[in-house]
Parts: sequence; C-alpha cells; structure tokens
Amino acid sequence: MTTEIKILPPVGMLGYGIPEADFWRGIDAGADAVVVDAGSTDPGPYLLGLGKMIVAASALERDLRLILAGCNKRKIPLLIGSAGGPGIGKHVDETIETIRRIAKEKSYRLKVAAVYADVKPELVRDRFASGRIVPCASAPALKAEDIEESTHIVAQMGVEPILKVLREHPDVNVVVAGRAYDPAPYAAFCMLHGIEDPGIFWHMGKIMECGANCAEPKGRVILATIRQDSFDLEPMNPLERCTPLSVAAHTLYEKTRPDLLAGPGGVLDLTGATYVPLNDRTVRVSGSVFRPSPVYQVKLEGAAIAGQRTIFVGGIRDPILVGQIDTFLEALKKRLAGVFPELQSGAAQVDFHVYGKNGVMGALEPEKDFVPLEVGILGEVTAATQDLANAICSSARIGVLHMPYKGQMATAGNFAIPLNPPENPIGPVCRFSLYHLMEVESPLELFPSRIEEIA
Amino acid sequence: MTQLQHLAQVIRSKNSGPFEITFDVMFADAGTYRRVEESGVLTPELVCKLYGVPPEDIVALLFFKPALAFVHPAPRLGAGKHQ
Repeated sequence: MTTEIKILPPVGMLGYGIPEADFWRGIDAGADAVVVDAGSTDPGPYLLGLGKMIVAASALERDLRLILAGCNKRKIPLLIGSAGGPGIGKHVDETIETIRRIAKEKSYRLKVAAVYADVKPELVRDRFASGRIVPCASAPALKAEDIEESTHIVAQMGVEPILKVLREHPDVNVVVAGRAYDPAPYAAFCMLHGIEDPGIFWHMGKIMECGANCAEPKGRVILATIRQDSFDLEPMNPLERCTPLSVAAHTLYEKTRPDLLAGPGGVLDLTGATYVPLNDRTVRVSGSVFRPSPVYQVKLEGAAIAGQRTIFVGGIRDPILVGQIDTFLEALKKRLAGVFPELQSGAAQVDFHVYGKNGVMGALEPEKDFVPLEVGILGEVTAATQDLANAICSSARIGVLHMPYKGQMATAGNFAIPLNPPENPIGPVCRFSLYHLMEVESPLELFPSRIEEIA
Repeated sequence: MTQLQHLAQVIRSKNSGPFEITFDVMFADAGTYRRVEESGVLTPELVCKLYGVPPEDIVALLFFKPALAFVHPAPRLGAGKHQ
C-alpha cells in the first residue's frame, strides 16, 4: 500500500501546448504518472457531428512527443481520457497511430491499451423505449429521431473500464481512452495504487483535469501529491501559485453547481471540503465525500447534422435605419418567408445577429433604450441543401441592402459589405442530439478494450 | 448604493455543457462576500426582473462560501437550436 503518489497533468487539454521547463520540473519532482484530458464539448457539436479532432494533428503530436519523452525517462505510465476531443473510436485509433509513429522513431517499447466509448444506436433506441434514458442538466427531452439522426454517439466512461485495463496489465505504458468522465483516468490511477477514499481521488481528478487552471495566474503544468486523507496541489511554474481561494474557485468553473458534482456511479459532495495553504503556493485539500448512486448511469453524447449554412456579414451606418433595425429585420423575415416555403414550414431558418445592439446577449440584453452609431449584421441561413441555403441567404442579403423603410433618405443601398462574394457557404451545421443519462447493466458494459505492443 | 463591479473581483459567464450557462461573481475577501450575501439584493426575483426571464429558467442561485462566490446557472437561450 503506497503512502503517497504523484500525478502530473501537463496541460488542461492535450494539444494546447506544454511549457517544457515546467513539465520536466514535474517529471523530476517524482511524478508517478502523467494523466491528461484530451476532450471537451465546449467547442460545440461540430467536432462530434463531423468526427473532427479538437486540435490539429501537429499539435497533438507535439504534445505527445514531450510527454512520451518524460514518461520514458521515469518509466511511468501515460493515461489519456477522451482521446481526440469527442472521444470516438477513430480518435482513439488515430491517437495510438501518432504514439506508434513517435515510439518507432525514438525506439520506445510500449504496451498500449485502447478503451472505446462508442455506443450503437440500436442500444440507445432500446433503452429509450424502455424508459431508461433521461435528459442531463437542461437538455431537452429525447425524441426518436434524435437517435436516428446522430452521426456519432459516445458514452462517458467512469473509472471502471480504465481501472480494469490497469489491473489486468500492470505493465501497460499508455492507456488511450475514448470519451471519459474527465476525472476518471485520475481516479483509476489512484485506485490502482490503493487510495481508498473516492472523495479524495474524485475531487483531485475534478481539479487536475484542467491542469493548473486552479492556480493564479492560470497555468498549465501542475503536480498533485495524493495520500489517503488529502491531496496537495503545486503548480510547476514558479511564478504561479495555488491558494485556497484559487483552488476553491476552480470548483465553480463550468459547473451547474459548485457543491454537488454528479458523475458516473455517484455524486461528489464538496460542502465539507477544506483548502489549507501549506505555503504561499501549495494547497492541501481534503473533506469531500463521494456518495454512490443506487443506479449507475452514463452520460451519452451524440451530434447530428442539422443542415447546411450560408452567411453574410456587413454594417449599417444610416441612423434612420439603425433606429428601426428590429422592425426592419422582422419585415425582411416576413418577406423571405413569403418567397421560400421552407422558411414558412421551419425546414429552413434565417437569423440575424445585430452586433452593436444585442448581438452578444440576444433576448437577454437588458440595455434596450439606446440607438447605436452603427450595427454589424451577421446573417445566417440553414437549409437542407447548400444550394437552398445559398439562395435564401442571397435574397436575405439583397433585402438588407435594398428593402425600403420608413423615413428613408439613403435610397441607394444601405449595407456596407466587407467581403466579396457577399454571401459565403460555410458547410454543415451540427447540433447536440443526445446529452442524456442512460442506465447501464454494469459500468463495464459499453467500454471494450484492446492491447497493442509497440516494439 | 454600490455597484457590483466595484465589490467583486471576478464577474464572468461560462458555458457549462451545451445547454447551460453559469454566471459567477467572486469576491476578494470574506467581509465583502458577507456584506453582499447579507444585503439580500441578489435573489431569483432580481435576476428574473433584470433579464426578463421566467422563474423556471433560474436553474439555481447560490452563495458558495469556500470560493467567496455567488453563482447562477441558467439554461442557454436557443439551446437545442443548431450552433
């Protein structure tokens, strides 16, 4: 039973860049594992919808080269969660292909485990029909067509599939997991080494998966030292510091609630957590409690292609038009719906973002009683085909340029368009079709693994 | 009356998953945090009034002492619509 283990997250997102000196500092401080999160839904549904990686292939390779060199020096394992971003099977395999290429070049002998997170639509259909799927957070209720339209579906694995691979193959060097609950690889390594309190390792993983975001200023490389009843956090950049406030504040980052964090298998209750400064830049955390759920649920993520999009952008400076821009654009929308039946039926959509007025906050904008000097208009049309989107967008742009309005004095075109051509197709539009919790038979049910030896 | 921006150290919003936004307000010291909490000004009713949203759109509004912060998650408008 180990008394203390050290985990080194080199950055909050694999591929975002790792400061070399800080990374080596962490390796030389005695890291027992490098663990890194490679995924997020923050960039929006297009990554999962179109099967794209979150970072360029060159960025992924650059970070992996440094990490593998560090792991090779200390002969410590590397664990990657949510490989590629969306964490689909193709991304797991592409990440392993990159690792294989680096290993062959550097003559590293590596045993690599892949853990997959792809879910078949038939299974989702089946569980939906038997009432075993519910929305996650504020997601809308699921409809059958959401499942059918999804181009990819993954489930966020918990700790169990990763821990299984680590236990069955104690000599594994790299674990590349598909979509995973962000702290799961951290939890798996801790459980492997006998850390018994899940309150400790889930809380540590929740903070560490973002790298040194919990430091001030926000950084990348951080070292966690974990023991049975507490864990210490120290950023590897000497100019950054973890303070009780900076670490506690990180708990609220991008969460629905800062005190109760739900995940596969249970809820982490942070209300009793304490944050104690050991010096002016290291914090000791303890006191969180993990409450297992009676029913094990995993979060499903799915994305679908909603249509093809065309956009235009330009500005209006005429104060007479700017002063009535909302009614003008409403009238334009009515005119367009009269020409294109797809807009009437809702099969196609046209939207205007009016920057300078309420482009950022939309309907939530509380400031209403002012007339801006100018407005920037981003017009977007989504339709089933690119040709139709182009046609509607062209009409919309012509309308903004030429449609008359009350009190008009500028009668020769009212829209300043910076780009030529004035409308541009920007391709497929995606939406999150699944963001739901699904009951599973067991935590391992959906997550097969395989082993590969790179010699 | 003091403006929130003069009392807070951090005022930010961030998406939390695809269907929610959070608003976080963080204070530099326990005294200021306590003053804001005890003033009773930051309430669901105020948020509904300022942003013109119905009460059911308030997912939560809470004071979180360990981070000296006030947090307000809310559903994203237009969520479910393609992005």
